[in-house]
Amino acid sequence: MHKLLQGKPGEKMLLLGNEAIARGAVEAGLAFAASYPGTPSSEISLNFFQMSRDSDLYFEYSVNEKVSLEVAAAAANCGLRSMCVMKHVGVNVAADALMTLAYVGVKGGLVILTADDPFMFSSQNEQDNRYYGKLSGLPVLEPSSVAEAKEMIAYAFDLSEDLQEPVIFRTTTRINHSTAVVELGEVQKPVTKGDFVKDPFSYVTVPAVSRNLHVTLLENMKLAKGMANDCRWNFVEGEGTKGVIANGVSYAYVKDAIADLGVKGQVKILRLGFTHPMPDTLIADFLKTCTDVLVVEEGEPFMEEAVKAIAQTQGLTLKILGKGEDLFSRLYEFDPAMVKRVMARVFDIPYTIVEPVDLSNVPDMPGRPPTLCAGCSHRAVFYAVKQATKGMDVIHPSDIGCYTLGFMPPLSMGDFVVCMGASTSTPAGFSKATGKKVLSFIGDSTFFHSGPAGLMNAVFNNHNFTLMILDNRTTAMTGHQPNPGVDMEELNFEGYNRIDIESVVRGLGVKHVTVIKPYNLAKSIEAIKEALAFEGVSVIIAKEKCTLYAKNLKQLKGKAFTIDQAKCKNHRDCISTIACPAFYLDGERVMINADLCTGCSVCAQICPEKAIRPVKTKND
Amino acid sequence: MTTTRLIIVAVGGQGNLLASRVLGEAALLSGVAVRMSEIHGMAQRGGVVESALVFGDAESTIISDGEADVFVSFEPAEALRALKKCRKDTVSIVNLSPLPPFTVAIGRGVYPELDQVKKIMAEKTGKLIAFDAVALATEAGSVMSVNMVLLGALAQADVLPVSAENIKKAIAARTKKSFTDINLKAFDLGYAAAASA
Repeated sequence: MHKLLQGKPGEKMLLLGNEAIARGAVEAGLAFAASYPGTPSSEISLNFFQMSRDSDLYFEYSVNEKVSLEVAAAAANCGLRSMCVMKHVGVNVAADALMTLAYVGVKGGLVILTADDPFMFSSQNEQDNRYYGKLSGLPVLEPSSVAEAKEMIAYAFDLSEDLQEPVIFRTTTRINHSTAVVELGEVQKPVTKGDFVKDPFSYVTVPAVSRNLHVTLLENMKLAKGMANDCRWNFVEGEGTKGVIANGVSYAYVKDAIADLGVKGQVKILRLGFTHPMPDTLIADFLKTCTDVLVVEEGEPFMEEAVKAIAQTQGLTLKILGKGEDLFSRLYEFDPAMVKRVMARVFDIPYTIVEPVDLSNVPDMPGRPPTLCAGCSHRAVFYAVKQATKGMDVIHPSDIGCYTLGFMPPLSMGDFVVCMGASTSTPAGFSKATGKKVLSFIGDSTFFHSGPAGLMNAVFNNHNFTLMILDNRTTAMTGHQPNPGVDMEELNFEGYNRIDIESVVRGLGVKHVTVIKPYNLAKSIEAIKEALAFEGVSVIIAKEKCTLYAKNLKQLKGKAFTIDQAKCKNHRDCISTIACPAFYLDGERVMINADLCTGCSVCAQICPEKAIRPVKTKND
Repeated sequence: MTTTRLIIVAVGGQGNLLASRVLGEAALLSGVAVRMSEIHGMAQRGGVVESALVFGDAESTIISDGEADVFVSFEPAEALRALKKCRKDTVSIVNLSPLPPFTVAIGRGVYPELDQVKKIMAEKTGKLIAFDAVALATEAGSVMSVNMVLLGALAQADVLPVSAENIKKAIAARTKKSFTDINLKAFDLGYAAAASA
């Protein structure tokens, strides 16, 4: 039985934010969930996936966020409590469905979780998804702590059902990946079967219907605003004439700052957890009791602009500060000391800065960037492409996944990355605009997510480029989640089908398709040269299971390699061309760490002296 | 109750997250409020993994530069990289067994001398406990138990509001059964090493 299904009400458990959210949803009677994995949200889906085995919960890994939202929206409109989980940029993918779903609404509660990533710990941008609330007209809830996140999820379902609208639940990395003690509540038995009552004049969004639905949405927003003004998630705390308005983790930093600065009784807080629609009367009442107000929020001045607008309509002229020079930045994440510093400056509070150690004579440390694992098949592919394109001027668009890391030297494979699936479409623009050869990279999960559309476009418009599909048989980057190409039986799951990428690609009309085994360098290089010579769209599928995934499945059979020091001429071609992390230097000699080496043999094929060979064991 | 802030830095795969989890569970057993945060995702591909643990009254789950009361580094170069988290009275514990990043092997950086690491840490922070934790982990039965060795040293330093006994209970409860004995031995070796370091 899954640990999140076991805990008894009242029991205290140390939970990761994402575990607390998953538990909160189950306590709230979640019946149906769909997700495409994305850091920092991934463990929510993973826990649903695992729990779905031991309970009535239906969970699916959908091929992308748009699909997951559409699947969940239909279930919610049959009356099931449903949830859709994604990272912040996933909402961009789902936005088409989201915007009109707001018109249509839901019957059973639907919670759309967006995990924003200030500082971009593992994302391509740090967009602030509270604006999706404003754009769509949907309510936005934002917890300030792990424990609150669990409680707030239950409220989100109730709110969704009260308003008959989906609710956006916005977290940030420091909620998702913080851990704290959480008190468990009762698990509600979910309603797992629903029904769809046909009502085309409410559900079929032709213009005449949507004109009415937009009116309903605005009425719902008005109701939501009333609820935001009068809910337990928006509250005033403390006393004083200096006011802080804070949301999310910023609230925790503000509370610590008030304690550390010793200004209890001078500074009060308006904590907002229901941030769209903004609670106008609550904010106006708060402003009227303050001489100065500081808005503390990571990301964009979402609350600040609303607060200033409310002050204007109330004819209030007090100073309201938030983003700006010497104040808070729109960039990156906040930290407690930063919040303390700005509060002290704005409110004129005496404050002694804690001095970090003086780093002036500390040498720079060698970089330790994330890198492709030892034995990663992507490294073999990148090396093969490099060899096959030697002397050619080739543009290499890439995509989102572990293989994005290939852009780093010495592999230097990756010239342009924007979003999931773009490497099937951007090559068309690059090749037309420059007339140059283009070879792009996409992973298997990313291909299923949003690759076929770009590839179809390329075939139809007769573009000229090569797409390399790095099929490592799993969604590796986010922690080995299944995708439609995965063999689910290997994971002891039954009742799934499997989609063969080669058949898909051929079915889409690609004329030149080859499948390579990346660890065979000579054959791979040959196949890449042939594909590049082909005029039109060509696809190469590099098939090799992710080494980490294979290791987890206990399928890794390779034997570690070693360097015959007598043969090695120490020119270090191996290290300098493929930079496998299994290599290290012992003094001036190149060595291989047998604990890291997976025996992929790529370096052995590169070594001109043939000095790299498998470690001899007793049985040899 | 006062607040104690602990930063743990390590290289992906060294077991930092499990060590943090164990400390969190030990705090729960001790009835001490605890909040933690960690960075996952891309950092796991051989990069740096940093955890922050805040014991006591604070609400924040992260720790600003200069605000670590206690600092544990699972790797010597990582201690210097994350040094800005410390101030002059920070208690620091450093494993002296190096894991040079691949950038050193390809000539894109110089790995610091261990004496230099020790000297800088001793000079800039408060009490320093530095020893080869990997050797002790190996002695305990598995190099994987290096995280438990360092937890032992942390317990001996007596700077957290969590007892050695509760940390051992949490180790027994939270780590794989087949490794419990090795882990507990590693903890004891780390404890003893810190006493004489």
